[in-house]
Amino acid sequence: MVRETVLDNGLKVLVQEVHTAPLASVWCWYRVGSKDEGPGVTGVSHWCEHMNFKGTTNIPRDQVKGIIEKFGGSWNGYTWVDQTTYLETASKDALDQMLFIEAERMDACLYEPADCESERTVIISELQGGENDPEQLLDTEVTSTAFKVHPYHHPTIGWLTDLQTMTRDDLYGHYRRYYVPSNATLVIVGDVDTDDVLKRVEKRFGAIAPGAPPSRIRQVEPEQQAERRVVLRKEGTAGYWKAAFHAPSFEDEAFFPLLVADAVMNGAGGLNIWSGGGVSRPQRSARLYRALVDKGLASNVTGSLMPTQHPYLYGIYAAVAEGQTLTAVEEVMLAEIDRLCAGGITPEELKKVHSQLRARFVYDGDSVTDIAHQIGYFETIASWPAYHSLRSRLDGVTIEQVQAAAVKYLAPANRTIGWFEPCR
Amino acid sequence: MPLNPRRVVLENGVTIIAKSNHTTPAVSTLVGVRTGAYADPPDRDGTAALCARVLDRGTVTRSAEAIADDLDGRGASLSVVAGRHQMAVAATCLMEDFRDVLALAADIARHPRFAEEEIVTRRENLISSIRQAQDDPASMADDAFMQALYGEHSYARQVRGTIPGIEAIRRQDLVRFHQRGFDPSAITVIVVGDVEEDAAIAAVSKLFGDWTPQSKSTPVFPEASTSAIAMAASTARQAVAVPDAANPAARRLVSVAMMNKAQADVVYGFVGIRRSDPDYTAMSVMNNALGQYAIGGRLGDSIRERQGMAYYVFSSLDATFGPGPFSIRAGVSAANVDKTIASIDVELATLLEKGFTQHEIDESKSYMIGSIPRQLETNAAIASFLLSVDTFGLGLDYDARLPGLIGAVTKDAADAAARRLLDPARAVVAVAGPWNPPSLPPAPDGSGETVSRS
Repeated sequence: MVRETVLDNGLKVLVQEVHTAPLASVWCWYRVGSKDEGPGVTGVSHWCEHMNFKGTTNIPRDQVKGIIEKFGGSWNGYTWVDQTTYLETASKDALDQMLFIEAERMDACLYEPADCESERTVIISELQGGENDPEQLLDTEVTSTAFKVHPYHHPTIGWLTDLQTMTRDDLYGHYRRYYVPSNATLVIVGDVDTDDVLKRVEKRFGAIAPGAPPSRIRQVEPEQQAERRVVLRKEGTAGYWKAAFHAPSFEDEAFFPLLVADAVMNGAGGLNIWSGGGVSRPQRSARLYRALVDKGLASNVTGSLMPTQHPYLYGIYAAVAEGQTLTAVEEVMLAEIDRLCAGGITPEELKKVHSQLRARFVYDGDSVTDIAHQIGYFETIASWPAYHSLRSRLDGVTIEQVQAAAVKYLAPANRTIGWFEPCR
Repeated sequence: MPLNPRRVVLENGVTIIAKSNHTTPAVSTLVGVRTGAYADPPDRDGTAALCARVLDRGTVTRSAEAIADDLDGRGASLSVVAGRHQMAVAATCLMEDFRDVLALAADIARHPRFAEEEIVTRRENLISSIRQAQDDPASMADDAFMQALYGEHSYARQVRGTIPGIEAIRRQDLVRFHQRGFDPSAITVIVVGDVEEDAAIAAVSKLFGDWTPQSKSTPVFPEASTSAIAMAASTARQAVAVPDAANPAARRLVSVAMMNKAQADVVYGFVGIRRSDPDYTAMSVMNNALGQYAIGGRLGDSIRERQGMAYYVFSSLDATFGPGPFSIRAGVSAANVDKTIASIDVELATLLEKGFTQHEIDESKSYMIGSIPRQLETNAAIASFLLSVDTFGLGLDYDARLPGLIGAVTKDAADAAARRLLDPARAVVAVAGPWNPPSLPPAPDGSGETVSRS
């Protein structure tokens, strides 16, 4: 299973051997995401992620591509509220090259001013591409309304005005502050020998200076006192409905009860935000699907409770069916939420979603890339053994806990409701 | 290590391909059916798409509710997908549920109920998804591109259909579509995962072996009797005949004004090739070097990396029974639409004049060869690959031969592929978003009016 090692400079290294295919996946995780950004520099973490593919002291800008591709490998990265992460998956023969790239990324990125400028417009294009999607527009409005104090308030990509004004020094300062070994976790999974991996890691990363541990944010979102509402009226062809409820963090004991409640309402979605388990939710017998989609009120409905370090949001979304109304969708949604709070779930439902979640945890880790993602993800928001305790935490959930979580978290005063109302 | 799957053809024509993979205790099953939107009746666009949505909503012996309860109780995922030439019932489940879920998939493929009330609900659902697509610049640019490129050819139509076409579909249309298309000879069942190959083949044989072929007649295709017909067939199987298509005589620009949107989507391209084309592998290498490699090949270097205009720009080759499109796509701000189109023109002109460098072709080839094990890692990915292998008659050892095929592509062959396919003077360019063509008056509203010029 996983072997944990911590280098002298503080870098935590997690290795798991999986010998089913001649592949290796390397992920390097940093405990920095959009929640670590202050006013005026929203989106800086994500922008740094882009800059960290653009050349380093020992990898000239025009030679970044090719190092991994030569081995048939793919590489990518993403940024979200708690984390920034980078990955390469390739033939196991490319292990050393993958480690080389990640070591360079940690310590030697250049942030050439011209590259910062050209990436500014790429990121603005990414933001505007997202804004073409009305559901994303609504999600941004609802999330920023739900959080008044905690920096989970702003979108990971940042506000456009900040993206237009941020400077190269803002970016480079952020990079230097957070990209230190003690703020990172390196995960290697695949057809490798652990001792060999650790020797190579020591060689590539051992000399990187430890750096100072970055300071952490202190804001705590105060308890919401009343329902909040957002109505977004724009040109469009369909209505979208969303509710966001302040939710427990991953380590809170209410997380799994609420996850079970979501599975009863929407089918189990699993806990892998990278691949989404690769298959659709088993949701056709779920309460909201039957009440809304089967009845022709909504064209789709889904829920989302993601594991996060701090208390984030539990979201429920629906797209209004052609010819139906937001009012009709909301009436049924709220009635179903009331029914859950008042009556809880049945033993049969608990058994069903238990099976679903067990299966999802299998699908969530069906490649070396996904296994490495899951280990690194849970280490970054909590600790890596938490990944292996998903089943036992699920097994401990009772019907009473599910109802108690529903009553506490799905209360009207804890929610923000958003409408995207299309003007035609 | 080669996949080396096992393949069996039953007496009634059902093909079975099984591959054990014990990485996770799960199994992926695909019941592939060689029919699709290409067989939609001319005035019933969307028949295959609606059939896919209704197919698993009840069989002769199981209600929709019972199917949903059964699948959800196991945490199994089952969906029906429709493409232009292929439909599939796709299921993923834990190993212990394999036999039951396979039996369910067989029942769904063989004995759908097509209940009236389900048709009504799923029809509305499909129409809602079309209305949502009408608010999506990427979808609208693609629609406009395909219509302008293919004109009267069936590929101008979208798999999802049109609202009038879908509203015209009656239960009898779905029943007829199913009877014609879902014949044992058109079925390939793929099983990949934590189950022994012999056991998988035995289980599929038991569930599909007694399916009597409905008829031996050739399926009716709307354009089968016109122009040059190319046949692409797998071994001893009905071919799907699709007429040729040609680029327009002169370049065309079409646009869909969507002034409520933040940025525009551009699709630029040509009629591509068939999967059976001898140049297919050379075309794939060309496509990789031009618009795929790393962040979008040459196009990504120019439009994203050097000019910072787009978050995404890439090319794709959609080779199927007929000549699917070769297209380049980018999402850019309205202010950069002209510059993006001009940059694509420049990249293509430079490529046609000077060709690729040897280094570019070597890089693309080693990437494509090296990526095969990664792309064949999961059960679902292997199943999808094997279905494609069977559909196009590529041979069960295709994964083992593929490195050799790619390795044999020379720079000259990739350059020749580019010259054969890319012709900026006859390109179709489609733009959807907050943009109007410079020489034309603005569209009166955002209703999706298409304006064009030659």
